[in-house]
Amino acid sequence: MKLAMRFLDIFHEDGSEYIIAPTGSCVAMVTTFYGMMSDMPTAYQEKLVDVQGRVREFTSFLVDVLHIDDVGAEFDARVTVHDSCHALRELGIKHQPRVLLNKVRGTTLVENDAAEQCCGFGGTFAVKYADISTAMTEEKIDAIIRCGADVVTGVDSSCLMQLHGALRRKTSVVRSMHIADILAAGAS
Amino acid sequence: MKHPIPLRPENMHELVAERVHDMQLRGNIKRAVDISLHKRADVVSDFGDWENMRKMAHAVKALVIDHLAHYLAMFESRAVAAGAIVHFASDAEEARTIVRGLIQDCNGRLVVKSKSMTTEEIELTHALEEAGITCIETDLGEYIVQLAGEIPSHITAPALHKNRREIGLLFSEKLSVPYTDDPKELSNIAREKLRAAFMEADVGISGVNFAIAESGTICIVENEGNARMSSTLPRMHIAVMGMEKLLPDFESLALFLEMLGRSATGQRLTAYTSLLTGARKPEENDGPESLHIVILDNGRSKMLRDPNLREALFCIRCGACMNVCPVYRSIGGHAYGSVYPGPIGSVISPIFHGEARAKAMPYASSLCGACSEICPVGIPLHHQLLSWRHTLVSHGHSRLSERLLMRMFLFMSKRTWRYDLAGAIARALAPLLSESGVPRVPVWSRTRDFPRIPKKSFKQLWKERENEHA
Repeated sequence: MKLAMRFLDIFHEDGSEYIIAPTGSCVAMVTTFYGMMSDMPTAYQEKLVDVQGRVREFTSFLVDVLHIDDVGAEFDARVTVHDSCHALRELGIKHQPRVLLNKVRGTTLVENDAAEQCCGFGGTFAVKYADISTAMTEEKIDAIIRCGADVVTGVDSSCLMQLHGALRRKTSVVRSMHIADILAAGAS
Repeated sequence: MKHPIPLRPENMHELVAERVHDMQLRGNIKRAVDISLHKRADVVSDFGDWENMRKMAHAVKALVIDHLAHYLAMFESRAVAAGAIVHFASDAEEARTIVRGLIQDCNGRLVVKSKSMTTEEIELTHALEEAGITCIETDLGEYIVQLAGEIPSHITAPALHKNRREIGLLFSEKLSVPYTDDPKELSNIAREKLRAAFMEADVGISGVNFAIAESGTICIVENEGNARMSSTLPRMHIAVMGMEKLLPDFESLALFLEMLGRSATGQRLTAYTSLLTGARKPEENDGPESLHIVILDNGRSKMLRDPNLREALFCIRCGACMNVCPVYRSIGGHAYGSVYPGPIGSVISPIFHGEARAKAMPYASSLCGACSEICPVGIPLHHQLLSWRHTLVSHGHSRLSERLLMRMFLFMSKRTWRYDLAGAIARALAPLLSESGVPRVPVWSRTRDFPRIPKKSFKQLWKERENEHA
């Protein structure tokens, strides 16, 4: 909670219109989980409301706020999306990354049948229950490999780190990339 | 197969280690829960506005739980007026004593039980067997689990962890019948054994799915007819229910019956729905001579007072949260060591078993939220698991090493320069701790690769870029 208060101190009335994070779970931390901290001093409630109103996940900012779907990127690959849990269930982010990827030249979007299933990361869970965490990832990457994608992408770097780690260990050729890297590819 | 580690929540880490690499077990579980999930998806989509129904179900439960004393009193008075005898038990011990006393008072020797998680919660069978009373589980899944000397691994599908070959072997070993793995034949073998028990039993014990306050009626849903036989053939019927099982009226029952069958087994309605109001009346031909309803608290009023746990009392025990939980799918119910496994189990077990014993359970979740999303009554399960972690830490149930790590993380993150310095140290040390460029990280690297550490931080790259453009 001390770090939450520090975050609010830094970003409250910082002169910006929006606060953008390339990670769904970081945004959900602020919009959902800060609100669950019952011992947060009341003086911070106003700061919390201000910051919550301005914080956005990266793809949601592009699609929902700026109404951009084509960023002019070019990326030659079959790409599948992992719906990160907190982006999907706390923030309702599902179509935004797909809208953007559909407009990337050279990219073919393929769906895998476990897109909405957790990657197995879960923060400290990945270490506390490392075996369960990896078992969950195995089910996930089986679906990713099965769908024939070259690249798995998403809006959360921690999920992608988990998927990357398991894919490498399996010596799979499927790469994991953050969506920002795809959207930046080939852009002039 | 005998598992040497006792199924208790304090053994969770060992129980997980014993199972997580068992690909046969994982396969059995995934196959079973996927069938339930697919069937559920079919019957939910034909239902119309499911989300609206969830909101209504949540609202009905909120009404009941907010006025629980009122509805309990109404239920009790109407059930008594209809001829039932109502008992209140404040904990498991009291409930066991009441039930044992009732059976002993009528010289009962043989009990048939229909599936009930509440009786599992209070470990009733064990207590009755100790008193020399024979208990036979009559739900097929429970029967299998009882033969194997296990506890249910799922709240609606007790033997979900076993495939038909394992059940075939169990039957041939325990019942001295020729081996078969044909589900129909296996059911017939069980049916034959159970039919005799129904006819001979002195007492039938069941759970309760819903208790209707306006009429004092108890409702039991099932698919095998065994609950109906347990509650009507023996001369005494004892129904054990958690005190949260109340619904105000039949109108709300209609809604909950639609939601329970769909969520649990993907059925529009379960095969049997029994509505029991009092014992047999003089003019009636069948039913038990006496009906006893045991209403159990066992920590539920503690949940009622806790705003973080209160909504767990809305649970209708459908098991959908287990089916969809990626953790449950990977380890099965026994790995939790509690009769209530999975997301809802991890929320309520620390109440039943105590925080110290069940402290591993709220951490056995990636907090992905699939459970909250599927819950028919809208319990915010993953938020409750998170608040449990907060409670456990503030009650001192955390390891010193973990507290130190969190302290270090706080110290590092509180000042920008410290965070930058930590990053610089990590980048400098990475090559020393790496194998062909891939860092070796304790625990993590056992099962996964760690990403290569970049030479420069994002901040450095951003600064260089700005300088270039300047």
